[in-house]
Amino acid sequence: MTEALRLTGLSKTFEVGKRLFGPPRARVRAVQPVDLTVQEGETLGIVGESGCGKSTLARMLVGLLPPSKGTIEINGAALDNADPAEFGKKIQYVFQDPISSLNPRKTIRQIMEAPLINLHNMPAAKRRERISEIFDAVNLREEFLDRYPHEFSGGQAQRIGIARALAANARILILDEPVSALDVSVQAQVLNLLADLKAEFGLTYLFISHDLAVVEAVSDRVAVLYFGSVVEVGPAAEIFANPRHPYTKLLAESAPVVGRALKAPEGRATELPDPLNPPEGCAFRARCPRAQDICAVDVPELHEDQAKTQVACFNPND
Amino acid sequence: MSNFLRLLARNKLALGGLIVMGIVIFFALITPLLPLADPNVTNTADRFQPVFSEGALLGTDHLGRDLLSRLMWGTRLSLAVGFAAAIIAATIGAAIGIIAGYYGGRTDNIIMRGVDMLMAFPYILLALAIVAALGPGLLNALIAVAAVNIPFFARNIRGITVGIANKEFVDAARLAGKSDASIILSEVLPNVIPVIVIAMSTTIGWMILETAGLSFLGLGSQPPVADLGSMLGEARSALITNPHTSIVPGMMILIIVMAINLLGDGVRDALDPRLKSGALSRPMPATRVDRKGPIPEAEGDDLLALRGLETQFHVKDRVYKAVGGVDLNVRPGECLGLIGESGSGKSVTALSVMGLVASPPGVITGGAVYFEGEDLVGAPYSKLRRMRGKRVAYIFQDPLATLHPLYTIGDQLIEAVSCHRPIGKSEGRAHAVELLRQVRIPNAEKRVDSYPHELSGGMRQRVGIAMALANDPEVIIADEPTTALDVTVQAQVLTLLDDLRREKGLAILFITHDFGVVAQLCDRVAVMYAGRIVEQGPTDAILNAPAHPYTSKLMACVPELGEGRRRLEAIPGLPPVVDKLPDGCAFADRCHVATDACRRGEIPLDPLSDKRRVRCIHPVSDPATEAAQ
Repeated sequence: MTEALRLTGLSKTFEVGKRLFGPPRARVRAVQPVDLTVQEGETLGIVGESGCGKSTLARMLVGLLPPSKGTIEINGAALDNADPAEFGKKIQYVFQDPISSLNPRKTIRQIMEAPLINLHNMPAAKRRERISEIFDAVNLREEFLDRYPHEFSGGQAQRIGIARALAANARILILDEPVSALDVSVQAQVLNLLADLKAEFGLTYLFISHDLAVVEAVSDRVAVLYFGSVVEVGPAAEIFANPRHPYTKLLAESAPVVGRALKAPEGRATELPDPLNPPEGCAFRARCPRAQDICAVDVPELHEDQAKTQVACFNPND
Repeated sequence: MSNFLRLLARNKLALGGLIVMGIVIFFALITPLLPLADPNVTNTADRFQPVFSEGALLGTDHLGRDLLSRLMWGTRLSLAVGFAAAIIAATIGAAIGIIAGYYGGRTDNIIMRGVDMLMAFPYILLALAIVAALGPGLLNALIAVAAVNIPFFARNIRGITVGIANKEFVDAARLAGKSDASIILSEVLPNVIPVIVIAMSTTIGWMILETAGLSFLGLGSQPPVADLGSMLGEARSALITNPHTSIVPGMMILIIVMAINLLGDGVRDALDPRLKSGALSRPMPATRVDRKGPIPEAEGDDLLALRGLETQFHVKDRVYKAVGGVDLNVRPGECLGLIGESGSGKSVTALSVMGLVASPPGVITGGAVYFEGEDLVGAPYSKLRRMRGKRVAYIFQDPLATLHPLYTIGDQLIEAVSCHRPIGKSEGRAHAVELLRQVRIPNAEKRVDSYPHELSGGMRQRVGIAMALANDPEVIIADEPTTALDVTVQAQVLTLLDDLRREKGLAILFITHDFGVVAQLCDRVAVMYAGRIVEQGPTDAILNAPAHPYTSKLMACVPELGEGRRRLEAIPGLPPVVDKLPDGCAFADRCHVATDACRRGEIPLDPLSDKRRVRCIHPVSDPATEAAQ
């Protein structure tokens, strides 16, 4: 297996309260330096709650947001300029909201042709051929091409979104909550389609979601994000069954599961730390049942823990 | 386009404006072809001829020129200048606005501060300054009027562009390799054009008026050429002795500006997407009731019982049967789960209970809602209003949308109480703090003065629950209250709801699409599909052995934590549209056990066992069906 994607020290800091001149009033670290590798043909799931930086991370990976620091390497070659056109041929993005990611005033054909024209300079005849090939792969009828986005249901629109990402001929797809806007019965159709496409075209996926069950069902490995940092990475089958980081454990126990009695794993109401005023040491410390003195002083680094598992915790679960 | 005209015609005033403007423009266009006197030939012998005098229908002015002819030519010129100014201002203003809004940051800052500076001058002063610099003349007046209106367009369009530039389809275009210029022209502009048209239609009358103003002051059209403003200006000295010379151009200005403004309002209303969907047609305080069939009797002694409830949406000539005969009941202390996909009618069912479905287009067309044995469908509004929040309270999905952003949560909690009983200021505050404590909000004394945006999503939903509890209702209807929340917060909110119903004996109707949530919270569950209950019974029984193929398929296609990586069972196809429901079972087309019998007639919700009911002629646990598989 070769490495498809490697992130080294990738981080993003937003400036809050920008002024016309002079420094901003505050800086918010949306993504702390993140190191991750994705093997070719692998699906890496990324889970985390709202505000954990997963969408910021995804947008950096496709060049929609320039990283503050760090590098992105695709198949060993660094991509250091934030130019979506450069990224677009190698890595593509599937949006969360299928309808709003399609311009309401363009036909599906115009939407599908954009990457072929701009990224690949394809002549008209070849474009038609390629679009019909892709539409076939995502089970869409070609008569849809001359319709407008509002005529489609969420599931169909998401297939169009996937078809557009495939049209760019990128080998890596970033799937940012691709099914969370869809109904459950349609969600399974789209997830299965993604699995089929991956096998057919040899794709590599980064699957971002807040839904642990969905991530577990589709991923090879899973990375858990909390407050902008990766706190645990491990095989999908293991990570929620035997969570090492206390936050992973909290997530796994909070997910509603048929046949498990209702209990709040955290008794009191707890909230995320304030990004404008981040805590010292481990960000999860205030909610952590296993916190020790050292957690208030040092930030735990992500380190090899057991076989194939990495965890950023001084006192992980057994 | 025909749709647009139909919407426009619905507004009678706008239609009137359109007709008047049409006539004015028509005559302005054919003026050169009409047998009119030369507008600029003076004949002082015949000065100040009155209206209807021979050879001069509208009389003559102080130089004996034919007023009708001057009016026609003047209108032509004024309209041309007004339209030209509007188009120039719209084009330049929109270009500035789009660039500022699209690039944002420093570009936006510098451009918009420049625009602000322009706006800081009184417009007439600015126009005068421009004309003073360029010299008088109609063309310069046009430039001045266009220039003073650019900021208006720039600000308007910039606001819209900021919203569009952050839309996902713009990101998608970037990823497709499009350049900024290409995105602005082909992605942003088509979405901005309706706004430009709206802004133009509402300002064009204003611009005609401004041009007339400058001409009136002698800075616009120069003698002997007539426009409406200069005609008024020349007639000023004879205002008392020969008022018709002022009244004629004055009436024309009035007619044009009135007609354009009425038309402009109509265009704005017809183009606004919210108005198109009828959002601004004010809903009635309670859902319209139009029950045709017999009203079902109350059975048993349930706290809240829905019997054969039918709610439809009548949009133009289509009828959407959102709820097609639903029976539900809850007892005190019981939690009933209502599960279904979007469009299955679960929210409409819930809103129908208290007559909260917006009418138009919603209509309750059948059935009854019994609360303590009394039918609420068709109850007078005053009665429903007394019950809303007091006996039956709602919790909605998005607490940010249901809480008012400008009032503190304390004020909103007190308001919820004071709607039903008078409550003093200090008592109200104490009650609000107590309510926040009940929903386990830490530091309630301080939080009571917070605004909704200062709270996290989970905290806001707790406030939503506190508000529902404010009047100690007997029934709480919770419509997907945890869908917008993170899992750790969801677990907290669900535990809270569970505790509350046990402590207070609340009956909860819990609407969700998540089987995991239903399993943890609800005693009984009803599964809805295409507006009808397809299966109903105790939660454990249904989740362990679903009888309706839809329930079983739906459960199979939801991944559940702990089952590892696998291929999911998808349900092929889509739910039917509720304005075109098929005969028989609505699920038949997606069902793997469907037979011809499933597509005929009415399939009843039959008892399956003691407490379970299912609307299927081939239920999954039926041995015959299993043999067939």
